[in-house]
Amino acid sequence: MTTPKLSLRAVRKSFGTNTVLDGIDLDVAPGEVITLIGASGSGKSTLLRCSNLLEPIDDGAILFDGDDIAEPGLDADPIRRRIGMVFQSFNLFPHMSVTKNVAIGPRKVLGVDKATANAIAVELLARFGLTDRADAYPDQLSGGQQQRVAIARSLAMGPEVMLLDEITSALDPELVGEVLDVVRGLKADGMTMLFATHEMAFAREISDRVCFLHRGRILEQGSPEQIFGDPQEQRTREFLQRVIDAGRL
Amino acid sequence: MDSQTRREAYEQRQRRRSIVIASASTAVVIATIAVLVPRAPRWDRVKKSFFDGDIFADSFPRLLEAFWLDIKIFAWSVPLIFALSLAIAVSRNTRSPALFPLRAAAVIYTDVFRGIPVILTIFLVGFGVPGLFESRAWSNPLIWGSAALILSYSAYVSEEIRAGIEGVHESQRAAARSLGMTSTQTMASVVLPQALRRIVPPMMNSLVSLQKDVALVSLIGPVEILRQAGLDKSKLANFTPYVAAAVIFLMVTIPCTRLADYLLNRERRRTGATSVS
Amino acid sequence: MRSNKLMAVAVITTLVLAACGSDDASTSDATADTEPPTTEAAAGDACSNTIEDGVLTIATGNPAFFPWVIDDAPESGQGFEAAVALAVGEQMGYSGDSVTWVRTDFDAAIQPGAKDFDFNLQQFSITDERKETVDFSAPYYTANQAIVALNGSSAEGAASIADLKDVKFGAQAGTTSFAFITDVIQPTQDVFAYDDNVGAKAALEANQIDAAVFDLPTALYVSGVEIDGSSVVGQFPAAAGGTTDEFGLLLEKDSPLTPCVNAALQALSESGELAAITNEWLSEFTGAPVISE
Repeated sequence: MTTPKLSLRAVRKSFGTNTVLDGIDLDVAPGEVITLIGASGSGKSTLLRCSNLLEPIDDGAILFDGDDIAEPGLDADPIRRRIGMVFQSFNLFPHMSVTKNVAIGPRKVLGVDKATANAIAVELLARFGLTDRADAYPDQLSGGQQQRVAIARSLAMGPEVMLLDEITSALDPELVGEVLDVVRGLKADGMTMLFATHEMAFAREISDRVCFLHRGRILEQGSPEQIFGDPQEQRTREFLQRVIDAGRL
Repeated sequence: MDSQTRREAYEQRQRRRSIVIASASTAVVIATIAVLVPRAPRWDRVKKSFFDGDIFADSFPRLLEAFWLDIKIFAWSVPLIFALSLAIAVSRNTRSPALFPLRAAAVIYTDVFRGIPVILTIFLVGFGVPGLFESRAWSNPLIWGSAALILSYSAYVSEEIRAGIEGVHESQRAAARSLGMTSTQTMASVVLPQALRRIVPPMMNSLVSLQKDVALVSLIGPVEILRQAGLDKSKLANFTPYVAAAVIFLMVTIPCTRLADYLLNRERRRTGATSVS
Repeated sequence: MRSNKLMAVAVITTLVLAACGSDDASTSDATADTEPPTTEAAAGDACSNTIEDGVLTIATGNPAFFPWVIDDAPESGQGFEAAVALAVGEQMGYSGDSVTWVRTDFDAAIQPGAKDFDFNLQQFSITDERKETVDFSAPYYTANQAIVALNGSSAEGAASIADLKDVKFGAQAGTTSFAFITDVIQPTQDVFAYDDNVGAKAALEANQIDAAVFDLPTALYVSGVEIDGSSVVGQFPAAAGGTTDEFGLLLEKDSPLTPCVNAALQALSESGELAAITNEWLSEFTGAPVISE
């Protein structure tokens, strides 16, 4: 029984009077890909943002390789180096070129020298087919290209876990595919991933486990076949039905 | 294709028409001024008092030399203003509770120095502080006059920088922190570069304003261009030296405002803001 | 047609009456002037050519300083210039309620143009440049330039202009004191200029200048009363090559009152009244060391 890479124990989080996470228990094994599905406001984003300590949790514990990283007052910076996050709106640094966006993490945070950092960037950009955009600026790239750069930026830090927060929701449909290809690649390399998405078909294809979130709790979780094929909970069924009706499954 | 050409032809006609109308109306205005103003009853006296060619020529070199002092004061004040403003803006932006005294000090500082007119600050700092020193070198009004300008202007510029910092979207910070950057690294590498690009136009305004306020140092002794113009005015009993000083100021401030406009437009173009006609 | 003729008659009648009226006014205003025998009869009329009928408007600075005016209240006649002004006014036939005071800026008064006073006095030095734009009366006072310095400064003990070359000077901008420094002393260090004497005094006390130059009465007051530990280091007679300040009453260019004012001053001077006023208000006029060339 291997220690879970990431473990959330009874995590609670409120914004003012609004309880967004209402007791989350989740174990992520090394190399596992877990997809979070659920309606907007169900807490998917917040769960991810708490996992890399962007948001402090109110109660509960978050264990990373067995250590509680949610302890109040703990220095979060070293932890965040090991957990990568990719955002829905890419959030690339607009004043830096693509290469610099990818290289700046290793340079500033890991203290790698400029040449090595650039080499890392070049290699990642090549892997994602972005070599010809290496000197461009984010505002010159398409959405799909920007998101691939964002993933490369995160990967450059050599994270042990990746948190992907609806990374295709802001993309035009024809650009979604190139980003999902990258994620497939990450899975093939054995990356542990926590993945919030509306792309149900992709979730079905790539996940080891699917969690359905409803009002801040994991209402149901299981293999993709279980959740998509034979959902147990009423609300899960309703949610999936709405998705099917919208032609997204 | 046809409609394109038709629009082009139309716009060309419109352009020609507006050029003709603009030229004609400008010519009429200039002619009217040129004809009517000299007919004003006391134009001769005004001309002698304000636009005397001989006095202009006589004053000009002296004023130019005095202006050199203004330029020097401006040149060493600007970097110090920038440094102090940055320090204050960043101080105000800290979030850790341990740094509360720093934040409070920054708030008090900006409130006080934005609230007091620059002239007052120049007198209080320029005459008041040097009295504490024995050595002449340290009581020099250039030091304390500049200090007064720096203190006053930093209060304004720091607010501009702060507005710029707050204008950088929170998601940029989120992305930087997610990479593991410390808050200092985030501020230095991600937030500030974006903030400073945004605030170039208002900062240019502050700089143009400073170019003129430098003349206030004359109140505590140094003879810079405004004072020199006043000396000439008293000696020659004529206001033309002031007109000459104004010309010299414009020689510097107009290019600066044009530069500010250019930078503003370039920024607008870069961020893709489109205009609706 | 008829209305036109009527109008013409009305206009002519009005003009004639107005002409008569003004003659009446001038003759009735010719009160008993105590004119000295030397002035012409026409001077009596000239003295009535004030900007406001029957009232003499005198101007001075804002504020007006000691010892020229005491407590900034020239109406009281206290202070050298206040006393001189009222004495001149009395000679011209104005006293008591027919004298009003206004305040003007030093520089504004020297500029060309119409004035809102009949004459102005605030230690205006008579200079040729100024005479091009305004009228000056004959001098009512002659003052030397004098230097005030803190005790122990480098200006102390100076016996000649050469001794003052390395001194750091300051003075009120645009005054003959300032010109004296730049044109006569010609020090090696830049001269500092201030809006008023208050600035020069503040600079002395802040150790930003070694010495300040004022006219002698002001210098005596500054060193004696205002700044502790300072003294009048020296005064410069006209022979030292500088302009000796002669103060004159300032009037609008080609003012009709100028001959009248001069007549009044001459009378005061001949009768000894001017000297008495000078003695009374500038009695601190004791000797400060004379600095020669």
